[in-house]
Amino acid sequence: MSLEPGLSFDQAPPISVPFRFFLSAPLFALLAALLALWYGPALISSRWQPPALALAHLMSVGFLGFVMVGAMMQMLPVVAGAPVARPVGVARALYLLLLPGVLSLAGGFLFAAQWPMRLGMALLGAGFLIFVVAVGSSLRRAPSRNPVVLGMHLAVAALAVTVALGLTLASNYGWEWWLTGRVQLANLHLAWGLLGWVGLLVISVAYQVVPMFQLTPVYPKLLTRWLGMSLFALLLLWSATLLMQDAAAQGRAALIAGLLAAAGFGTFAAITLRLQWLRRRKVSDVTLLFWRFGMACLLLALLLGAAGQVLPASAQLQIYNFALAFLFIAGFAVSVVNGMLYKIVPFLIWFHLQSQLMGMAKVPNMKQIMPEKGMRRQMRLHFAAVPVLVLSAFCPPLIYPAALLFGVSMTYLEINLLSAFRIYRQSAKLAPQTGPQPT
Amino acid sequence: METISSYLSGDHQRCDELFSQAEAAASGKDWAAIAADFQAFLRAMRRHFKMEEEVLFPAFEQRTGMSMGPTQVMRTEHAQMNELLDAMEDALRQQDKDGFLGQAETLLIMTQQHNIKEEQILYPMADRALAPELEEVLKRMHAVEA
Repeated sequence: MSLEPGLSFDQAPPISVPFRFFLSAPLFALLAALLALWYGPALISSRWQPPALALAHLMSVGFLGFVMVGAMMQMLPVVAGAPVARPVGVARALYLLLLPGVLSLAGGFLFAAQWPMRLGMALLGAGFLIFVVAVGSSLRRAPSRNPVVLGMHLAVAALAVTVALGLTLASNYGWEWWLTGRVQLANLHLAWGLLGWVGLLVISVAYQVVPMFQLTPVYPKLLTRWLGMSLFALLLLWSATLLMQDAAAQGRAALIAGLLAAAGFGTFAAITLRLQWLRRRKVSDVTLLFWRFGMACLLLALLLGAAGQVLPASAQLQIYNFALAFLFIAGFAVSVVNGMLYKIVPFLIWFHLQSQLMGMAKVPNMKQIMPEKGMRRQMRLHFAAVPVLVLSAFCPPLIYPAALLFGVSMTYLEINLLSAFRIYRQSAKLAPQTGPQPT
Repeated sequence: METISSYLSGDHQRCDELFSQAEAAASGKDWAAIAADFQAFLRAMRRHFKMEEEVLFPAFEQRTGMSMGPTQVMRTEHAQMNELLDAMEDALRQQDKDGFLGQAETLLIMTQQHNIKEEQILYPMADRALAPELEEVLKRMHAVEA
């Protein structure tokens, strides 16, 4: 009998594959915080201002994108039984394309310069194309068709749409021509990127990791079967309404699709909080607190988003857009990702050391690799930064303390990750040079 | 109808339950209680490994001819979990709470990612491959003692 495809779940990629992304990610967030400090309250004046666009992309493509790319390459063998082919080469290529890509894009926005913008487009376009093809093909080979795999499929499809829309919008800056319907395209780009790629990926990963890390009951079958597909369909529907001629009908259709999507994400957040409440694991930990905080911010962002749909006048206000963005990106997405890093990073270090040392030397446990105290301090800084960031949308001078807190928090995160990685490097030296390679 | 998936996945849940009891006990100071809860957890884990390594895996390997495939990976991971269980036992003996909880945290994630692979990939495969002898295999697993 031949091996069923994708049964190679021992093929966890080498540690360098996810770690190069994890260790770089907080630096983009730090850069975003420094930009916010440099521009100050002027940042909050318009979502179309170059510094705001640069900052948004440093956070979304730089911080969130990097962690998610690294985590997906790591998780595919476990959750889907289908590793990415040639993980080392793919990871290296992605890193070498995406890293300068994000920086040139941000530079292109900041300095209104065409060349960095064109370079950024080429690098990010090529990088994400490789990612979508590599991850997409390994998902297609997956022997298991569970909701996690399906959700990842949808998230990757949403990423492809986001990148295509992003390239179209960026071409507007890279060459001198005036794109018609720029606002609508930008809103589409945002919806597919934040709700599609980030939202669907967090949802499908949650199905796996929420029960796993806290020993909660599993998500209801009805939810895992339908939520991802319904949200994806609503995104499609909402996008299609933009083609409608009749403005009143368009408004109504978009409102309904928007409210239904908000209800879907809201159900997910509420159920996640409920499951965590019912967890069998009695001890609480940093990851749990990060997730609870993230879900609370998601619910607030949804309420604010729904209010903007019902009262379109409020959505015209710039403060509304900034409050929504801070709540969704810093409050929801960054919190969830930060909490995940505190589980994945120490576990992977332990896992790789364990297989390299094979009983020849004592392997430090997860809490020795990533001490509780450092994680808690950084968590408190993050929890302090988010509300001040949201308030800065209403009171722009607050951007100074907000950016400072956020920047310090992200620096602390980077220090925590690097200290853990230093333990890996030191312990790995004890491994025999000819010994078995980490699987 | 009972299947390999339902029986062994249920046993995973039972082990998880015992794990969280032992871990919760370890946040207190009653070392006798911690030891008792840990022993119950340890017995359940060892019995689970035994059911797989002595009954399920050999039957699966014989039926499919895959002796170096997924079952081999599962065996390696069992060995890794056993090392963590030993480390927990050492910490217990030395009444080293931080050590015990640190090993417990590591074991939890190791076990959970292992269970995902089994529950989503290996058990369904075993249910298909061993369909003709399902009842017999289940009976032999039930009979395994800790």
